[in-house]
Amino acid sequence: MGKTIHRTIAEKILASHCQKDAKAGDIVIADLDFMIGQDGTSGVAIDSFNKIGSKKVFAPKKVAIIIDHSSPSPSQGVSAIHKKIREFAKAQEIHLYDIGCGVCHQITPEQGYAVPGNLIVGADSHTCTYGAINVFSTGIGSTDLAAAWVSGKLWFKVPESIKVTFAGKLSKGVYSKDLILKLIGDITADGATYKALEIYGDAISAMSVDARFTISNMAIECGAKAGLMPADKKVLDWVKAHSKKKPNPVAADKDAVYGKKIEIDVSKLEPQIAKPHTVDNVVPISKIGEVPVQQGFIGTCTNGRLEDFQIAAKILKGKKVKNGCRLIIAPASKQILLDMIKDGTYQTLLEAGAVAVTPGCGPCVGTHNGVPSDGENVISTANRNFKGRMGNPNAFIYLASPATVAASVITGKITDPR
Amino acid sequence: MIKGQAWKFGNNIDTDLIIPARYLNTSHPKELAMHAMEDADPKWISKMQKGDFIVAGENFGCGSSREHAPIALKAAGVRAVIAKSFARIFYRNAINIGLPILECPEAAQEIKAGDTLEVNLADGEIKNITSKMIYHAQPFPPFMQKIIKAGGLINQLKSTK
Repeated sequence: MGKTIHRTIAEKILASHCQKDAKAGDIVIADLDFMIGQDGTSGVAIDSFNKIGSKKVFAPKKVAIIIDHSSPSPSQGVSAIHKKIREFAKAQEIHLYDIGCGVCHQITPEQGYAVPGNLIVGADSHTCTYGAINVFSTGIGSTDLAAAWVSGKLWFKVPESIKVTFAGKLSKGVYSKDLILKLIGDITADGATYKALEIYGDAISAMSVDARFTISNMAIECGAKAGLMPADKKVLDWVKAHSKKKPNPVAADKDAVYGKKIEIDVSKLEPQIAKPHTVDNVVPISKIGEVPVQQGFIGTCTNGRLEDFQIAAKILKGKKVKNGCRLIIAPASKQILLDMIKDGTYQTLLEAGAVAVTPGCGPCVGTHNGVPSDGENVISTANRNFKGRMGNPNAFIYLASPATVAASVITGKITDPR
Repeated sequence: MIKGQAWKFGNNIDTDLIIPARYLNTSHPKELAMHAMEDADPKWISKMQKGDFIVAGENFGCGSSREHAPIALKAAGVRAVIAKSFARIFYRNAINIGLPILECPEAAQEIKAGDTLEVNLADGEIKNITSKMIYHAQPFPPFMQKIIKAGGLINQLKSTK
């Protein structure tokens, strides 16, 4: 392949998977490195696979299904879907992560399936999470996933990129969640539709890889197809600790062409809150006013990692969740749960009054594990606050960092963690 | 030519509004259709007629990748969704399962609830019979037209096997 010039990370990764130059606007058919499905979407994908008339998955070792959305099953209907998935996984000899293993977007990088330079698709919109480790990964639907199972390939429109720079140093009590909420509030829920974000800045370099996942995870909430970051030393060390696959770091060319450039100075940024019922309805915490909360939730593919629980435990240590308020926690993987037990984080949170549910999506998607009542306010570390998201269209969801959620359940109202 | 009534919805109609996750305990199109648009308008499904149109604002179908969303609308009898813009995954899913979608900001802005529309899916012409206005939706790239003509991705892959 010839040397590509003036190209973004998105253009370069897609080009390297279709063996030709690729620039924004081109439509390419690209080879996939890995593909995932979850229990909410894989049932339909299996139906589509069967309707196509295919007998065998193209490359079983590049395919995983993770049972995380309704896990363990809360109903007969879901149990039937889980059974269908288990039988399919066995017959096709693909990877299966059954109940309690964790959220697909934690499992995929943690188990070493995603390394820099990869192209990965998933039948889940938050598949963009692995952008934090320099992977072009994006969400697709079930029929697209079935097509990918059949051929190992998928068509893509090469996206134009938006370069986002988070300049400056985050102040104490302000986290990666606050950065991404600020960006989404600024550019709105469709500010990056059909486009890729390429994310840089001193604030990014300074944060852990776990914290970076939070940002790439929410790229979809402004419509973006991917939320890509460069592979610096922290990323390469993280990947080496989790995977035996060879990384192929991809950097943007100096003169890469961007549709837009956005720079946000984060040094004076306050904790941010997304108010109901859209993720772009963002205000700084000083403008939130008096908002009582009846339920807090820490977890999900956005903020269910060890570091997130450690931050919350530090705030909750020796304190209690306020009477009349509940705190639900769901580690994003079994490994994270084990790490929390080992370092005492789990005990601290339970002693403070937290209720732990199975590693997985927890109450985020509204299928189980903590559906709020009519008129209740929930403060959550998840990525969506859509009406009805947690299972009740008459409840109100506020999104924030783990620190803000922890501080809020102590007082029973939305509270600045600083 | 297909004729039907317009049902108007706003911006950012997300997939949780189109089909809440609490109903994803089935992938049967008819069962999903019973709850289509439930959290946006709980009575809509009992008011709409087979062959009607959804006319919405920007970013229709944002949120989850759940294909149940276009499946529910198609099974409910929605003939096509006309919007100012569509979220990326919903856009692909709708084409893949054969739910016609038309991106046309002017039509989405000017069409009023209850207007009678006539749509030619082959050339993207939207005729508002009530207001006597004519609009043209964005044409699809040629390879997507092939998927649409085949009636969805499954049929297309079947025919190339």
